[in-house]
Amino acid sequence: MLNNNTLIEATDLSRHYEVSNGLFGGKSTVKALSSASFHLQAGSTLAVVGESGCGKSTLARVVTMIEPPTAGQLILDGHRISGDISLTDEQRAELRASVQIVFQDPFGSLNPRQSIGRILEEPVLINRPSVSPTQREQQAREMLAMVGLRPEHYDRYPHMFSGGQRQRIAVARALMLEPRILVLDEPVSALDLSIQSQILNLLVELQERLNLAYLFISHDLSVVRHMADEVMVMYLGRVVESGSAAAVFDSPKHPYTQALLSATPVADPTREQTRIRLQGELPSPLNPPAGCAFNPRCWRAQDRCRVTAPELSDEGTHIVACYFPLHD
Amino acid sequence: MPLLDVRNLCVDFRTANGLFRAVDGVDVQVNVGDVLAIVGESGSGKSVSMLALMGLLPWTATINADLLHFDGVDLASANTQQRRSIIGKDVAMIFQEPMSSLNPCFTIGFQLRETMKAHLPLSRRERQSRAIQLLEQVGLPEPERRLKAFPHQLSGGMCQRVMIAMAIACKPKLLIADEPTPALDVTIQAQILELLLDLQKDTGMALVLITHDMGVVAETAQRVSVQYAGQKVEEQGVRDLFANPHHPYTHALLAALPERATSRQLPSIPGVVPGQFDRPKGCLFSPRCTYAKDRCFQEVPVAAPPALGLARCHYPLVDGIAQREVS
Repeated sequence: MLNNNTLIEATDLSRHYEVSNGLFGGKSTVKALSSASFHLQAGSTLAVVGESGCGKSTLARVVTMIEPPTAGQLILDGHRISGDISLTDEQRAELRASVQIVFQDPFGSLNPRQSIGRILEEPVLINRPSVSPTQREQQAREMLAMVGLRPEHYDRYPHMFSGGQRQRIAVARALMLEPRILVLDEPVSALDLSIQSQILNLLVELQERLNLAYLFISHDLSVVRHMADEVMVMYLGRVVESGSAAAVFDSPKHPYTQALLSATPVADPTREQTRIRLQGELPSPLNPPAGCAFNPRCWRAQDRCRVTAPELSDEGTHIVACYFPLHD
Repeated sequence: MPLLDVRNLCVDFRTANGLFRAVDGVDVQVNVGDVLAIVGESGSGKSVSMLALMGLLPWTATINADLLHFDGVDLASANTQQRRSIIGKDVAMIFQEPMSSLNPCFTIGFQLRETMKAHLPLSRRERQSRAIQLLEQVGLPEPERRLKAFPHQLSGGMCQRVMIAMAIACKPKLLIADEPTPALDVTIQAQILELLLDLQKDTGMALVLITHDMGVVAETAQRVSVQYAGQKVEEQGVRDLFANPHHPYTHALLAALPERATSRQLPSIPGVVPGQFDRPKGCLFSPRCTYAKDRCFQEVPVAAPPALGLARCHYPLVDGIAQREVS
């Protein structure tokens, strides 16, 4: 039974891409996302962390229904979405309104030729044609106030705003259709430190006020630690560790999570540096290593790791996909 | 005598709307073996001041300085030939985006050898073997094969290693790294920073690291200079800066770090960095400062004594409390 508050329920969600290897190379499959399972409750934040190519953006695209999953099941706000069942266009549009996304780059995600008012009203114009123009405008003006912008900004254009203000506009646009789930794809990584805290505060405030569920995608672990309730660590398309933020950060069990935590610079010059040196780089998703994807870079890898990939298993406080998890 | 001695550097850009001062009276001193971090937000002039030193600014820029000395040579009065013999050899720079800083039309090997051809009296064969040795030094596997590769065949981390190899090819005395890591993943970032510090220790060169990431600063720098809107507002040793910031801006910046947060709401700095048209009359930080008094809005502050971190503030902070008078 699903809890009433569960907005996303994903089971073994996968997204594979077919890529051609040139004229005679045939086709091969990129497993951008393989069997990810998680759920997200209203009013809480699930953070997805990992390096580039780990599948976190693919996950965002699947959850926002930009792309259908190739396998597995996704239940969004009580509606089932999977590769085999096709929804009608109407159902799809309705569901899309409940999941909205904020992109990383506030300079590229706003149309420079539209005024802020027009940018904010467009989602309503498309999805709710019955709303009258005056009502739309009123909604947009209320939204401006909600994200901390002034009413006179309604008629201005994106180039007149700084990065932080643009990100506020992007958040406002995402909220226009009153979604219940907001996917935040690196929302603060393009911003300066002093602006970053303003946007994070805004997000926290909006979540409390509107009881939003956040799928927070980031590579900045200090931001994740501040925002997240639950954390999911991904490596090469697979979830390697998942659990409550406190459990994952305080007692990381997967070697990759530990390496990631130790590689993150901490703003404290007096701290002893105990850095785990990871050799090499992320392998290509086209040709992943046999067994556990992390084994070529792992210092604990043994023969078993090079043969079969470990499944996620319960390790007391949270779940980990490793044969030799670390203990404190 | 410091290796690099810059006093009162000002850079003005001629724009369609009049002069814009990007760097305003910045002093930089770097000694042999120093690791200096320059931190600041975008638009604080941290990159521009170093580009001015390298002579890489466009013709719209006017550079003025009381002193612009590198290793005893006055760069301001040096002719083009003298400059070219120093820049790229004794002073080298690593740029922000490794992918776009390399020329896509030439192989890595060609670009690496080109630097040596310009500056070092080496034969063709010696250049080739030095190139292989450099790639080994920066930890690139299979260097001989990589020399024949084009930039698009390498990942971001590898490109950054190539950039570093190119910069250290002529054994520079000063290496300027302009945001060398933000385009990279954390595990790769850690590798690159470690590499830079190892090189610095081995060769004894001075390193200037331009960044906006306080974590990177804390883990690599010895001395930190904080810039705001084109001015240097504070300079201290790294431990002292993090423990006891004297300028309200540094104080607010450190408080805004999510890892220092004590509640869900982060202490944030209201407003934005002043631009060309809304530069305040007095202290540049006064409109955003929580400690600002009447005097801050009227008078331009001067740098406090070194004991107060050279803070450009009328009322520098000591242990988080504003002091009455300094000047």
